[in-house]
Amino acid sequence: MTTAMTPTTTRELRYREAINEALRQEMERDETVIIMGEEIAGGAGREHLGIVDAWGGPFRTTVGLIQQFGNQRVLDTPLSEAAFVGTAIGAASTGMRAVAELMFVDFVGVCMDQLLNNAAKMRYMFGGQVTVPFTMLTRIGAGFGSAAQHSESFYSIFSHIPGLKGVVPSDPYTAKGLLIAAIRDDDPVVYFEHKGLYGDMGPVPEEPYAIPLGKARTVRSGSDITLVGISRMTWVCTEAADELAKEGVNAEVIDLLSVSPIDYDLIIDSVRRTHRLVVVDEDTPVCSLASDICARVAEEAFDYLDAPPSRVTAPHTPVPYSRPLENVYVPNAARVVGTVQRLVKRG
Amino acid sequence: MELDREMLLHLYRTMTTIRHFEERGIPETGQRGMSGSVHSSAGQEAVPTGICAHLTVDDYIGSTHRGHGHCIAKGVDPKLMMAELFGRSTGPNKGKGGSMHIADMSKGMLGTNGVVAASIPLAVGAGLTSKLRNLGRVAVAFFGDGGANQGVLHECMNLASVWKLPVIFCCENNGYAESTPVEYALSTARVADRAAGYDMPGIHVDGMDVFDVFEAAGEAVRRARSGEGPSLLECRTYRYYGHTVFDNPLSYRTQEEQDYWRNRDPLKLFRERVADGGLVSLTELDQMDEEATEMMEDAIRFADESPLPEPLEIYDDVYVDYPKDMMKRGINLEV
Repeated sequence: MTTAMTPTTTRELRYREAINEALRQEMERDETVIIMGEEIAGGAGREHLGIVDAWGGPFRTTVGLIQQFGNQRVLDTPLSEAAFVGTAIGAASTGMRAVAELMFVDFVGVCMDQLLNNAAKMRYMFGGQVTVPFTMLTRIGAGFGSAAQHSESFYSIFSHIPGLKGVVPSDPYTAKGLLIAAIRDDDPVVYFEHKGLYGDMGPVPEEPYAIPLGKARTVRSGSDITLVGISRMTWVCTEAADELAKEGVNAEVIDLLSVSPIDYDLIIDSVRRTHRLVVVDEDTPVCSLASDICARVAEEAFDYLDAPPSRVTAPHTPVPYSRPLENVYVPNAARVVGTVQRLVKRG
Repeated sequence: MELDREMLLHLYRTMTTIRHFEERGIPETGQRGMSGSVHSSAGQEAVPTGICAHLTVDDYIGSTHRGHGHCIAKGVDPKLMMAELFGRSTGPNKGKGGSMHIADMSKGMLGTNGVVAASIPLAVGAGLTSKLRNLGRVAVAFFGDGGANQGVLHECMNLASVWKLPVIFCCENNGYAESTPVEYALSTARVADRAAGYDMPGIHVDGMDVFDVFEAAGEAVRRARSGEGPSLLECRTYRYYGHTVFDNPLSYRTQEEQDYWRNRDPLKLFRERVADGGLVSLTELDQMDEEATEMMEDAIRFADESPLPEPLEIYDDVYVDYPKDMMKRGINLEV
C-alpha cells in the first residue's frame, strides 16, 4: 500500500540516497532488521585506528548505517557469499528480518544453492512452517566497461524460481518504496539496483512508504503501442516514445517494477487498447522475462493484437568489454524506435 | 564420565527409537511406493543422540539427507515423521517434504536437507540470530564426510569463527560419500584437523560410542553457549545400509568391514558399558526396545489412517503472500 504523503516532506534525492534512506528507516522501525555483505561499511575491525565506514558500501548505498546501528546490525562479511547469503537466510528463518548484499548479480553463481534450494523452497518443503523475510540486494546493468562478470542483468533467472520475488526499481521514488516493501515482506525478495541509475535525482517523500510488490505502473499514456520497460530500460522506452511522438505514433510506456509477481494485468489491459507490444529488456533474450511477457500476451490477448508481440533485448552473448561492443549490447532508443516502426507499418 | 540414571535411559531410548524408526519405517515407506530418496541412519544413532542430549527445545539443528536420527534426537514426533514419509498431510511438512526435508520449527529442527552441506549456513544463521538477540541458544550443523568437502562448510566455519557464533559443526564421518570411501575423497585422515585452519577446536571421537560423543559434545555446547565460539566435532561412525535403499553397499565395501562395525553397534556398546554400572538394568533396556517397536506400529497405523493431501494443495505455502491467480494463470491442473 502506498502511504499517503504530504508534499511538504518530499524532496529531491538520488537513487542511491533513496536506497540508503529506506534501509535506515527500516532499521529504525524494526530492530530485527540486519544487513550484511561485502564492504557495506568497509575497513571492518579497524575501529581502534579510527576507521569506521571506510567505503559506505561499494556504491555508497549503505553509508552511515554502521555509525547509527553498530557492527552487530551492519555486518561486514568475508568475501564468502555462500556463507553470508545462507547465514542471512538462516537468520531470517529464525526471527530476524535479514538483508544481504550481493555486490553484483553475476556473483550469484557462488551462492545460488542458498537461494534456489533454501530461501526459495524452505517454506514449501516445510509445509508452511517457516517464513523467510530475507531481502537480497544486488546490482545489474551494463554500459560501464566492467565486462562479462560485473554487468549482467539476469533477473529472469530469479523470476523463474517459485518461492522468490523480485523488484527492479527505476527511479529514486520506486527505489525507496520497493525496498521498504521488500524488507517488510515475509517472503524472500531479490532487489535489483541498476548501476546506471545511482546518480539519478527525483522526488522522494521523507516518510517511509511501501510500493506494493507485483504492481507495474504506467509512466506515459498512449494509444498506438505498449512499450514495457524493465529497470533502466523504462527510460529507454520513454526516450523512444518521445521520438515516436514526432512521427505521430503515441506509445504507452509501462515500468514493470516487479519481476515476480509480474503485473500481467496492467500490460494486457494496455495491449487491448494499443494492439501492439514491445518489451524492452537489458537481459539476454532466450527464456527471458521479455519472452515470458510476449508469450502471456499472445495467450491472453491474441485477438487484440495487430502485430506480433516483440522484444528488444541484449543479444545472446556475454557482456563485452570494449566500448563499441558494449554499445551494441545494451538496448537503446534507436533500436526500440526501429522495432516499433516495423510493427506499426504492418497495420 | 558420570551420567545419572535419567540421562542413561534417555540416551538409550533415543537410540533405540531411531533404530526402530529406520528398520521399520523405511521398508514400510518402500511398500507404499515412496522409497525414492530415503536414507537410513541405522548404525549412526549415537551421534545425534549424544549431541542433542545437551540441547533444549529452543536450540537449533540443521540436518542432512540422512536425518531421521537428528529429527528424533531433537524431539520430533516419530509418528508425524512416519506420516511425512508416507506423504500424508498430517506430516510436519504436510507431505510436501518427505524424508529429505523433515522440519519441525517448534523443535528447533531446521530441516533435513537434500543438498549436501546446504543446511550448514542455516544453522550458522540461527546461531547469528541467537547471538544478536541474546537468546543463549546454540545451533548444531550436521553434515557427513561428503559435506566435509563442500566449499560452503569451509566458508561457514570461517564466518562462524570470525563472528564467534554459538555453532557446533558436527561431521558424521560414516566412511562413505555415496559409494566413495573417505580415504579416496578426503585430503586428510581426520576432518577434525581442518578446524585448525579456522581457529576452532577440532575433536575426533568414536561415533559408535554415545558416551564419547556425549562428553565431547558437552564441551562444544558449553563453549558455544558461553560465547567462546564454534567447534568442529568429528564423529567416526558407520552406516549399516547403502546410500539409499537401492544401493548394494557390498559393491564397494567388504562383508568383513561391515561385520567389524556391526560388532561395534552403538546400542550393543551401550549395553556393555552400563551392564556393570547398576544404574539401569538390561531388562529395562529390553523394555525400551519393546516400547520402540510398539511406537513404530502406532506410527505406521497413524500414518496409514491419515489423509493424503488434496491435489490442489500443490499451490499452498509457496509464498506467504502471492497472487494465487498468478500462479495458476495459463495452467489448468484440473483437466
